[in-house]
Amino acid sequence: MSHVVSPIREKLVTGGKSYSDVTHDICKQVEGEPTKEWKWAFGISSIVFIYGAYCLFYTWWQGIGVWGLNKTVGWAWDITNFVWWVGIGHAGTLISAVLLLFRQKWRTSINRSAEAMTIFAVLCAASFILAHMGRPWLAHWALPLPNAFGSLWVNFNSPLVWDVFAISTYLSVSLLFWYMGLVPDLASIRDRATTKGRKFWYGLFSLGWTGSSKTWARYEYMSLILAGISTPLVLSVHTIVSMDFATSVIPGWHTTIFPPYFVAGAIFSGFAMVQTLLLITRVVFKLEDYITIEHIEMMNIVITVTGSVVGIAYLTEFFIAWYSGVEYESYAFINRATGPYWWAYWMMMTCNVISPQLFWSKAIRTNLMVSFFLSIVVNVGMWFERFVIIVTSLHRDYLPSSWAMFSPTMYDIGDYIFSFGLFFTLFFLFAKYLPVVNMAEVKSVMKGVSSNFPEKKKATKKTEE
Amino acid sequence: MENSNKRYWKGIEELTNEPSFVKNIHNEFGNMPSENDSKGEALVDGSGTHRRDFLKMLGFGVAAVSLAACEAPVKKTIPYLNKPVDVEPTIANWYASTYTDGGEYASILVKTREGRPIKIEGNKLSAVSKGVLSGRAHASVLSLYDNEKLKGPQIGAKAADWAQLDKEFIAKLAAVAAKGGQIRIVSNTILSPSTKKVIAEFTAKYPTTQHVVYDANPAYGLTQAHGGILPSIDFSKAKTIVSVGADFLGTWVAPTEFAAQWAETRRVGSAKDGKKEMSRHYQFETILSNTGANADYRSAYKPSQEGLVVISLYNAVAKLTGAAALAGASVKIDHLDKAAKDLVASKGASIVVAGSNDPEVQKVVVAINALVGAYGATINTGVAVNYRQGNDMAMANFIKEAGAGKIAAVIFYNANPVYNHPMGAALAAALPKVEVSLATNERADETASLCQFIAPDSHYLESWNDAEPKTGFYSLTQPTISTIFKTRQAQSSLLTWAGLNGDYAAYLERNWESNILKAGAVQWKNALHDGVFQPNAASISSAVPSVDANAAAAAISKAYSASSTGLEISVYEKVGLGTGSQANNPWLQEFPEPVSKACWDNYASISQPTATKLNLKQGDVVKVAAKGYEVTLPVLVQPGQAQDTVAIAIGYGRTKAGKSADGVGVNAYPFISEINGACVGTCTTGVSVSPTGDTKDIAQTQTHHTVMARQAVVQETVLGEFVKNPQSGRFNPTVATSEGKKNATDLTLWNGHQYNNHAWGMVIDLNTCTGCSACVVSCSAENNVPVVGRQEVINRREMHWMRIDRYYSSDAEVEDLKGLEVASDNPEVVFQPMLCQHCNNAPCETVCPVLATTHSTEGLNQMTYNRCIGTRYCANNCPYKVRRFNWFRYYQTDEYDFHFNNDLGRMVINPDVTVRSRGVMEKCSMCVQRIQEGKLTAKKEKRRPVDGEIQVACAQSCPTNAITFGDMNDPASEISKLLAVEKEGRAYGVIEEINVKPNISYLMKVRNKDVKKEA
Repeated sequence: MSHVVSPIREKLVTGGKSYSDVTHDICKQVEGEPTKEWKWAFGISSIVFIYGAYCLFYTWWQGIGVWGLNKTVGWAWDITNFVWWVGIGHAGTLISAVLLLFRQKWRTSINRSAEAMTIFAVLCAASFILAHMGRPWLAHWALPLPNAFGSLWVNFNSPLVWDVFAISTYLSVSLLFWYMGLVPDLASIRDRATTKGRKFWYGLFSLGWTGSSKTWARYEYMSLILAGISTPLVLSVHTIVSMDFATSVIPGWHTTIFPPYFVAGAIFSGFAMVQTLLLITRVVFKLEDYITIEHIEMMNIVITVTGSVVGIAYLTEFFIAWYSGVEYESYAFINRATGPYWWAYWMMMTCNVISPQLFWSKAIRTNLMVSFFLSIVVNVGMWFERFVIIVTSLHRDYLPSSWAMFSPTMYDIGDYIFSFGLFFTLFFLFAKYLPVVNMAEVKSVMKGVSSNFPEKKKATKKTEE
Repeated sequence: MENSNKRYWKGIEELTNEPSFVKNIHNEFGNMPSENDSKGEALVDGSGTHRRDFLKMLGFGVAAVSLAACEAPVKKTIPYLNKPVDVEPTIANWYASTYTDGGEYASILVKTREGRPIKIEGNKLSAVSKGVLSGRAHASVLSLYDNEKLKGPQIGAKAADWAQLDKEFIAKLAAVAAKGGQIRIVSNTILSPSTKKVIAEFTAKYPTTQHVVYDANPAYGLTQAHGGILPSIDFSKAKTIVSVGADFLGTWVAPTEFAAQWAETRRVGSAKDGKKEMSRHYQFETILSNTGANADYRSAYKPSQEGLVVISLYNAVAKLTGAAALAGASVKIDHLDKAAKDLVASKGASIVVAGSNDPEVQKVVVAINALVGAYGATINTGVAVNYRQGNDMAMANFIKEAGAGKIAAVIFYNANPVYNHPMGAALAAALPKVEVSLATNERADETASLCQFIAPDSHYLESWNDAEPKTGFYSLTQPTISTIFKTRQAQSSLLTWAGLNGDYAAYLERNWESNILKAGAVQWKNALHDGVFQPNAASISSAVPSVDANAAAAAISKAYSASSTGLEISVYEKVGLGTGSQANNPWLQEFPEPVSKACWDNYASISQPTATKLNLKQGDVVKVAAKGYEVTLPVLVQPGQAQDTVAIAIGYGRTKAGKSADGVGVNAYPFISEINGACVGTCTTGVSVSPTGDTKDIAQTQTHHTVMARQAVVQETVLGEFVKNPQSGRFNPTVATSEGKKNATDLTLWNGHQYNNHAWGMVIDLNTCTGCSACVVSCSAENNVPVVGRQEVINRREMHWMRIDRYYSSDAEVEDLKGLEVASDNPEVVFQPMLCQHCNNAPCETVCPVLATTHSTEGLNQMTYNRCIGTRYCANNCPYKVRRFNWFRYYQTDEYDFHFNNDLGRMVINPDVTVRSRGVMEKCSMCVQRIQEGKLTAKKEKRRPVDGEIQVACAQSCPTNAITFGDMNDPASEISKLLAVEKEGRAYGVIEEINVKPNISYLMKVRNKDVKKEA
């Protein structure tokens, strides 16, 4: 009787690192002086942030009339950006929660930055929730707050109220998950701290972590519990976002396929964004041994799978539009592909459906430059997907008399730029002041040290040079 | 301690109690050295304020200023100390009055609130206007509060007072009179008999005075052909209507009255015994006019063919009636023979009208009407209409005389010929040669600014006046507010200058009592109360004016040609802005033209084939030149227009009318030509159109023009089919279910609403809606709908709660979606008023996160502005796209200065309707304030509201009664009766199959055509 022998797994961390190497490699980014690359990157993102903040301020001061919206197209870049950022925010939770539950150990070196990215992306999305309102100073009215009017309450029928709950829950849980994962690493930095300030701040946020077995056990329980809570959120958040459209009466929005289609799209774009950021981080912070080609490949496979799901969803939509016999829906889809916004539609099709299929080739999915390029292409495509859904459905709906075109103004663009500024400024602050890789978890997936000692020594020397 | 009388002293002065010491005993620090000491001046303000006091004051000042800044500015609300008897705060007062603007007339009711006129409605007591108003009449209330009108008299462009003006002007007039110099009073048509009497008084004082009357939109040809009068026309008696270039539903002579008559012939009923007859309406014209858009058969001709079209029509009719033909080249245009056949077939109930101002053309039309028995039936020469009294020849003569220096003094009585006469430039050049010139115009416009004196007349809402629109029908104008600026009625001015008592109110009353009422004081009060006095039982005369058709035909043959090949200009009038007299009225500037849907501009309108030929597309800026005059303006591609023609609207290109009007469009009056002695709005030779290479957006409220074969939106049939089956042409979408096919409206997830009290609803008849858009202005006035300006309209952000969708037919097959986007070259047109449908399953209500839009217990979809946070989800989810968002703060913002930015302009605001702030959604409320007022009035009187007592603004102002509003729970209401019949006939809901269950129903359009045009 033969028994099944598992193939020997590839090492998740290469370069023969010891535990102390891991601590050293990761902490040195936090402890050292900011590098030149970091200064440049942070400087540029700050400038982008400041310019964007000016545009956003102007938008709030004057009213959202500074955008290109009109009586027919009431949402365009604002909600496109919102959905796009929320979608991007999906990968973090998926990686840390779902992959944790599925015991996918390769996730350990990327989950920290993926989670950070999630939180920043959700913040960007939230900025569009506020910005798109006519009267943002009354945003709290969308919350079911007690008030002096007694029975005045929010409309629980409205998908926008569901959105409020979905997004705020998602943000709180992601933040908690991320922060909890940070605690042991913050404690490591605290323990290594050489300056008073660092000791104080990292000490404060490490919540008195002692590293005892009991605390580690609790840490593990908490991870599992939070992963359990987060997992349904991965599905629910974008399902609810999709219901903003699916529950409406607008042809092109009123589609039952939207929840799974949106979730797949969100994971698709989220993984692409993680990919983009990791490929930069691993080079800038020299983390090639932690974020390996293996990681990149795995990510590319997820991108191909979700991209294919999205592609099938696009085709299904078309089929249903024809099969339903609803003339408005048929027209909405024909108009998408051949109407005045055809270029946006074909942009979306090319970027989202065709480009991920290139990853069927191993050479392509293990090529860093191509992966980087395609990860950006995917997010461009996903932005256009939301633009196509929102704008091309609205701009020609039921009554031809109201058909109109939308074209963005500099404030549509500026407010989008704002979200990039916000995202990257936060991301670079994170990258400088917090450990970008979860040291504690990475150590848990490393093999014993002694067998690799010679290799390790070489590697250490290399990094020190 | 022991008492001690030991005394300590600080110095010898204290011990000795020196007077100087006693004086300063309370001044502890003596004379403090301070910065001012050395110079002997006070530091702060010269009054000896010291450093410490300064700091105290500074501290107090800063605190006080910052406190004051925290406080909201105080708006003064002053209660009545002695309340006027008639004025109850919050209760409107209504006054009967008369709107006149040149030859435009309407008997009106003016709604005033706390002494401010805020709304104008029609006066149903008038037998002439019968309670219908044009959009311009509705908008005129905003012109009252125009801050750019003159605030007082001017002498030589400097403010003066009336006494000074009177003194100087009378002295100059006396000097002119002493020399025997010629004096002219130049005016547009004057409907007022008392004003004419005043002019006669003036003429008596200065005998060299002559009164020159002209009209910017003349009907001189028509009056010439009828022996100097305009006959009464009654379309309601017509079975066949043929119009050759007369836009009688939009701009020609008395369009609102004609529209009401026309609609009577177009109303049909689906009941078994319902009316199944309609007039058949043929339209031959150059542009696609509002009237042409409503015609059953329509074809286009070039302006140079106009006279020959009329001759051809005459000859076609003559052939059928056996009369002798006229000489003249015949023009082959579609439907002309068919029209002649119908005219003859319905002899005695036929009418032909022509828009041309050429007297010769009108003479041939008289001859056709005589052949088809129109006189005494549809045309009545027994009652003269006074709407157009202008004499083109006299005016041209006046300008020539002025140019020759033969005129010594001129008074422009509310006339602006420098702008609105084709020879305006010549007049402007001639005016300096006139010794004394005065204008009574309300503003320093193109003409008045060239005059030495301006004696501004009051607005008609501030004035006493009368009118005689038709012989024997009188009506009165009474002031509804005291004069806002230091203006004086022109009549008072003329009386004063004639050396008489300037009290025109008394003069008017005296004149009425002695010449019109002839009965006594009681009647004057009654007449004033009713606004009208109509002693004349209309007499009908079938007298045919005597015309020499052969001579006319000969003259026509000389001036027109059957086949010219060059480009030609057609100058037309827009339904909204008209002649441009109220050009500074933002409501009218933002009035979407019924057919082109463009506002805030005039443009070179050309057909698609001509545009292709000239290699032009919409928005290309072209230079149009003719007669040595040229303008640059953008191209608008207009389906239905005659080939090789360029149409340009008058009323634009004002230069001195005010912020809203100046620089908007170009002046087209100079293109008007003189043909057979009259001003004819065409230019047929030497026309060139050349592209400048620039482009300019045209502000259109609708940019997609076809209905894309969506039968659920517009449903129509032809009369023949309708007679057989009232539901022919109806579109009933069904859905396949497990229980077989079902009506889409029978499937629902909703529980529905219970309306226990009222259920408000509306029915709109597509057959009688002419698209005139009077309702749009009325709605804006009633509901404080902001004007957003040209750029915002280009951005597709106009705020109109009520809009009129206009669709052209397409020649493409239903499957050819791209082809369906292109309108036919000569399209069928349908107008569809679109407003909030007050859905029972309203998509907007479910999606609002904060419950800012909800359903009322009476079926209204309500908008709570205060609660709105502006997510715009409701607007996106509205299938009718009737919701309007306040992208900016449209009032009180400099960029949107359309009379709502100053305290005066804001006086027009209806206090019963909230002015919406930035960031909130708004839409038709079905005039909920009127419903509420009507319910309260009924409640106070302990009764139910009576049907018709509550009227929404659009229904009330519809000249053709196309809109029926009422309580669908009341079985006796008009709407219930109408729906009871039409539910099995023409009534449908727009895009019914999505099952939002609108409370507004539309009645299918029925065309009186032989065959239905597909798609």
